[in-house]
Amino acid sequence: MTTIIDIGMNHLTAPVELRECFANDEGKTGAALSFMRGSKLIKECIFISTCNRVEALFTAEQPEEARESVISMFASLGGIAHGDFMSNLYVFEDMDAVTHIFRVASSLDSMVVGEPQILGQIKEAYHRASVTEKTTGVILNRLMHRAFHTAKRVRTETGISESAVSVSYAAVELAKKIFYGLEGRTVLLIGAGEMAELAARHLLGQGVNALLVANRSFDRAVQVADLFHGKAILFEEIGHYMIETDIVITSTGAKEYVITQDMVRKLTRERRSRPLFFIDIAVPRDVDPAINRLANTYVYDIDDLLAVVQENSAQRRDEATKAERIVQEEVIRFERWMKTLDIVPTITALKDSTEALRKSEMERSLPALGRMTDVQLKAVEALTVSLADKIINDPILALKGQAGRAGRDAYLDIARKLFNLDMDNQKRS
Amino acid sequence: MADIFFTIALFLILLSTGGFIVYLARQHEKIFSLSCLTLFTGFIFHTLFLAIRYYDLGVAPVTSLKSSLSFFAWCITGVYLVFHMRFRLRVLGSFVAPLTAVLMIISSVIPGVDAGVNPILRSVWFLIHVVTIFIGNGIFAITFISAVMYLIQEGQIKNKTLGSFYKRLPSLETLDSINHHSVIYGFPFLTVGMITGAIYAQNALGSYWRWDPKEVWTLITWLGYAMLLHERLAVGWRGRRAALMSILCFSMLIFTFLAGSIWLSSYHTFRNLGAGAGL
Repeated sequence: MTTIIDIGMNHLTAPVELRECFANDEGKTGAALSFMRGSKLIKECIFISTCNRVEALFTAEQPEEARESVISMFASLGGIAHGDFMSNLYVFEDMDAVTHIFRVASSLDSMVVGEPQILGQIKEAYHRASVTEKTTGVILNRLMHRAFHTAKRVRTETGISESAVSVSYAAVELAKKIFYGLEGRTVLLIGAGEMAELAARHLLGQGVNALLVANRSFDRAVQVADLFHGKAILFEEIGHYMIETDIVITSTGAKEYVITQDMVRKLTRERRSRPLFFIDIAVPRDVDPAINRLANTYVYDIDDLLAVVQENSAQRRDEATKAERIVQEEVIRFERWMKTLDIVPTITALKDSTEALRKSEMERSLPALGRMTDVQLKAVEALTVSLADKIINDPILALKGQAGRAGRDAYLDIARKLFNLDMDNQKRS
Repeated sequence: MADIFFTIALFLILLSTGGFIVYLARQHEKIFSLSCLTLFTGFIFHTLFLAIRYYDLGVAPVTSLKSSLSFFAWCITGVYLVFHMRFRLRVLGSFVAPLTAVLMIISSVIPGVDAGVNPILRSVWFLIHVVTIFIGNGIFAITFISAVMYLIQEGQIKNKTLGSFYKRLPSLETLDSINHHSVIYGFPFLTVGMITGAIYAQNALGSYWRWDPKEVWTLITWLGYAMLLHERLAVGWRGRRAALMSILCFSMLIFTFLAGSIWLSSYHTFRNLGAGAGL
């Protein structure tokens, strides 16, 4: 029996410092996937790593052993001792794992519930696993597609993603408590990313009049700047332009601090100690937290903003309940499908479907055959039964032959598709 | 007659203080308007009281601790009302009103009668000296309050514990700007007060400056505010540092006021302002 397992940590279970060990590193994702592909215990796998979470989703026949091997993979990946992060990990199995992934994809498990970025990140992780590394199979492919479907339903059927409560909103509120007003202020956007751009858009909506965009790639900076009618600057010019800046939003993939304490301290005199507000959306962090200790300088990183956001998330509970119900519905559907993904139920379904087909065809054809004796009727009946049996005999044998083999799930999946056995999930035309 | 006005003023100020505190908790605009109106009415009664006192005594009614505290409270209220018209910062009232209320209560409970005054004080210079100094003090009280509000708000933002004051207090820049402007407005009053005091001293006592402890402490306080103003305007000090500095200056000012008026001084003490004393 195949077990679906999800091992991971998120912003609630692990602090930034620990998440940073696994964060957003292409190389690490690749290493994780090839490790899991190499493991005999793991059949299919996906590795998700974003600012706020690290998840290894995989299927295994022997869950205990597979789990252990993935945990030690985490340890070697992050370069940390086993015991140091065990308390930060969560492990979900089967439908709990499915629920978790559906919730994550629907942004219900996000730091900012409803933030749009996570779905894209998961799609990317899935693409990486399924296309580049080819580590996914029938179960995870279906699981992920159902996750995307669930996320889409949550987004369209609930108000979760529209709600004003978000990191960027909280950041704007903070800016309003630091500055007299946001009209005429200058915002410097360093790096790019949906969340940072969202924050910039919110600030522009509040009357901020100048937006500067810096990026390692100048092309990208120009692109983002055009989007907001801002001005692109070179990465090296950040220090210079920070003199006129009031709010800095950072969201780069850099490993070291992009803004150091020294850099800001040197500007103090030129800035005449005007307040400077840093919104650090990046993980690993871009802005040295020590900058917060400088006079008239305020640094909020993503974890700080979380604390702020929680205050007014109460009104979103109703929408969240609705979203949780959608997730549950989808989990139940997936569970039903999982149960059929076994040899006996598939064979039964195949037989039932053939029998139903035979019966309906018989009923349709009988009137055309005119008056028949009982003997003749029986003969026709026997003919159709044996024809149907013969047709499905070889497929059934092939399926039986797959019992205990690696390709079993794929066979089952194809068989179900060829014979259209998943009426539930097909277009009922 | 005068005492009735004082009692009414005290009652109204206490009432408005209660209102301002309720406003701080509940944030109902109506409560604020009522409190503000009550405070204003109290201020008018207080003004009537002071006018009568002035008429009776012939000098500014600041010749005892009792009367100068009441005058100080009147100045703070007046300055607040002017600031309110200028900045429309509601929450300031919730901090100012308790301060005036405390001053008024102290003034009402401590004994003291302005039986008569030293006739030497009947001079227009003395009047200008006292009024400008006290208005300056009133403005600096606003500076002090805005500095305290600033520190509370900044503490919350810096420590990332956005408590209930976070929403109620205005932005840091607003508070800093009130602090900034109140120093700018208050400083000339203090300066004029000191100069007129010196002129008065020359007229009445024959010398501009006598190294009286209160004079010296006032000079130190004045230098403190001068430095704050200089750092703000020339160097670009602002925020926490300026707030701390203005709190320090205000502490010196209060020290000068109390210590200088009660026991340190030679001729600035209330004892010497009374009728029996000869300067």
